Amino acid sequence: MPLPRMRICLSVALAGAGLLVSGCANPSVGSDRDDPTKPVTLKFWHGWSDRAEVKAVNDSIARFEKLHPNIKVKSVGNVTDETMNQSLRAGGDDAPDVVSSFTTNNVGQYCSSGTWADLDPFMKKTGVQKEKVFPKTFLDYTQYEGKQCALPLLADSFGLYYNKDAFEEAGIKRPPRTMSEFRRDAAKLTDRHQDGSYKRVGFMPNFRLYENSPDRFFGQWGPKYFDSKGKAALAKDPRSKQFYETQLALIKEQGGYAALEKFRSQFGEEMSSQSAFLTQRVAMHLDGEWRGLMLKDDKAKFHWGTAPLPVPDDQEDTYGRGYLTGTVAGIAHSSRHQNAAWEFVKFLTVDTDQVVRFANDIHNVPSTFAALKSPKLHADPAFRTFIDIAQDPHSTAMPPSNNGGQYVTTFQDFSYDVEAGKVPDLDKGLRRLDAQIDADNLQSEN
Amino acid sequence: MALPPAPALRRKHTRERLRTLGFLSPWLVGFTVFFGYPLIATVYFSFMHYNQIEQPDFVGLKNWKYVLTQMPLFGPALWNTLWLVVVMVALRVVFGLGIGMLVTKIKSGVGFFRTAFYLPYLAPPVAATVAFVFLLNPGTGPVNEILGAIGIHAPSWFNDPDWAKPSLVMLSLWGIGDLMVIFMAALLDVPKEQYEAAELDGAGAWGKFRYVTWPAITPIVMFAVVTGVVQTMQYYTQALVAGKLASGITFGPGTVIQPGYPDHSTLTVPQLVYSLGFQNFNTGAACVLSLVLFVIAMGVTTLLMRKRAGLLAAED
Repeated sequence: MPLPRMRICLSVALAGAGLLVSGCANPSVGSDRDDPTKPVTLKFWHGWSDRAEVKAVNDSIARFEKLHPNIKVKSVGNVTDETMNQSLRAGGDDAPDVVSSFTTNNVGQYCSSGTWADLDPFMKKTGVQKEKVFPKTFLDYTQYEGKQCALPLLADSFGLYYNKDAFEEAGIKRPPRTMSEFRRDAAKLTDRHQDGSYKRVGFMPNFRLYENSPDRFFGQWGPKYFDSKGKAALAKDPRSKQFYETQLALIKEQGGYAALEKFRSQFGEEMSSQSAFLTQRVAMHLDGEWRGLMLKDDKAKFHWGTAPLPVPDDQEDTYGRGYLTGTVAGIAHSSRHQNAAWEFVKFLTVDTDQVVRFANDIHNVPSTFAALKSPKLHADPAFRTFIDIAQDPHSTAMPPSNNGGQYVTTFQDFSYDVEAGKVPDLDKGLRRLDAQIDADNLQSEN
Repeated sequence: MALPPAPALRRKHTRERLRTLGFLSPWLVGFTVFFGYPLIATVYFSFMHYNQIEQPDFVGLKNWKYVLTQMPLFGPALWNTLWLVVVMVALRVVFGLGIGMLVTKIKSGVGFFRTAFYLPYLAPPVAATVAFVFLLNPGTGPVNEILGAIGIHAPSWFNDPDWAKPSLVMLSLWGIGDLMVIFMAALLDVPKEQYEAAELDGAGAWGKFRYVTWPAITPIVMFAVVTGVVQTMQYYTQALVAGKLASGITFGPGTVIQPGYPDHSTLTVPQLVYSLGFQNFNTGAACVLSLVLFVIAMGVTTLLMRKRAGLLAAED
């Protein structure tokens, strides 16, 4: 083939290939021009999989369909964020209209990428004043840079479960309120067999235990992950170092990382009857409000109680706070029935009666002002602790990021290294952590 | 000066070309759709910022710079992948050959042993990994309990960064059935007369292996090494499942699986590609990693093929 002809063919082939690959990068776009009073079937994807929880979701759908006879809702449960994210990007007729996620970590990504539709126009159209409906912390973790692409669909608050029998045995009168008390009690409650192996630890600090992730424990310090310019600010915040120092002290005072890690590997599965708190292998345990119901269902063979997690000694006035997160709901950008989808989202998240009934059914914390104060809310004293934590002004949630939960993952990775003793210089390590989070975020923004 | 071909001859050549193309077309279509297009797309997206929702934006070499200089997990992932390629492939080939020789030599219970060694290969990778993690659990696993009972201080296997990769190698050796069958077939194919001739020349067991068996099975060994390298470069499922299970973290809707437990020791490049591409939707960086993997796999394969050609030429 003569050279010029070959060049032309090559250029055409490359241009064609370029057009082809870029053409494939165009997801479907939905519509908010549908009439919500017309018959329609919505697809709702959620993460609940437990039989009782799925029943509660289906009961909620039945209540909604009774109020809106023209709208049918087809639900799909046990959907992970990954599956949902990939489906929304792929688009197509099988993609969901209404979406929910068990984590708030990805809200920033949903909002900034436009995967979840902005809900503000829908709220405006239907007269929902979000500030009057939802507590600020819940609104904060469901928006990103002013774009409210999700709404809270019940909440989770984290506190301390403690074994009252073990406390009595150790002569401890009440749950700890400060980190000093926490460290002292944890060491006191640690019990060993004659050969030196653990019978029980006071508190299993290792971050890989069940819900005991570093971001949740760090919530007790009221951390600031980013500065006003959106740059990572963990190294500048003295609370970061205090947090890791407390963690290392808890580990050291209870026998060291390797020994604790070995003991942790003997624990049963979190949601089973062999979980560590239920089998009395830990005397104090960080967990969410749902654990109380499970302890009752599994008929725990000891007396237990709940309390807020302790706070740093220099922040004693913030006792009562806790880490907040929750399920969030929104509308898929690709939905062609966005107005009908909004009716369903509004029902799930705003309707007081629905929020209370759903919260009671699945033993989660309600996420609206009205529902939190509702007399219909089942609230035994153990559960009341978590409702109080949810309303505490000092309680914290993870700030949304355009990079989704990647900064949380990076933070967790760093925390695993710290607890394993692999970060000899904390200041240097924290600076490196900030630089990494910034590099990841920049890469995401590019 | 050569005369231009006659029109009839040209038509004949064209017909021949079209016929050849017709016979090749199923392969050509498959190659274009499943290799050519994805490869071009991967190169294209490696220069783009693309979150799989918005239109891609050209960002030049930023994705490359990010992966090669700013992503701390790239180094451990590449190291682990290469470690597995070297150690796992080498041990699998040696072990597969050893087992193949064993089952071709034994006199009684041939059927039983061949089946017994082949069966583990049929176990689904996830199920096999789950079983291994439970068996090797440092706290409750029977292996450590037995070793402890006889006074051996056992390691923490999948929970120890130094032992996690060797544990994965053990898992791969357990499922050696695929290589055993290939080597067994190759060994049975070596002419018996050559062994008899070698014996007459005074060759012992090693001499017979060195001068009869090895030259005969070299192409099969090369095949096992090349396919082993390519497969191990794509090592994903077992490492992910082992890391996830051993970590003890409960994963469900709302949690993101962080591959690599413990201490990134089981993190491989394919896991990182998935994590970047389909958890963070950082398509550009995922494409860069894929290309790096592709280039390494291609380079190693080319090197091995050349080596193989050299070996075959030397034999000739």
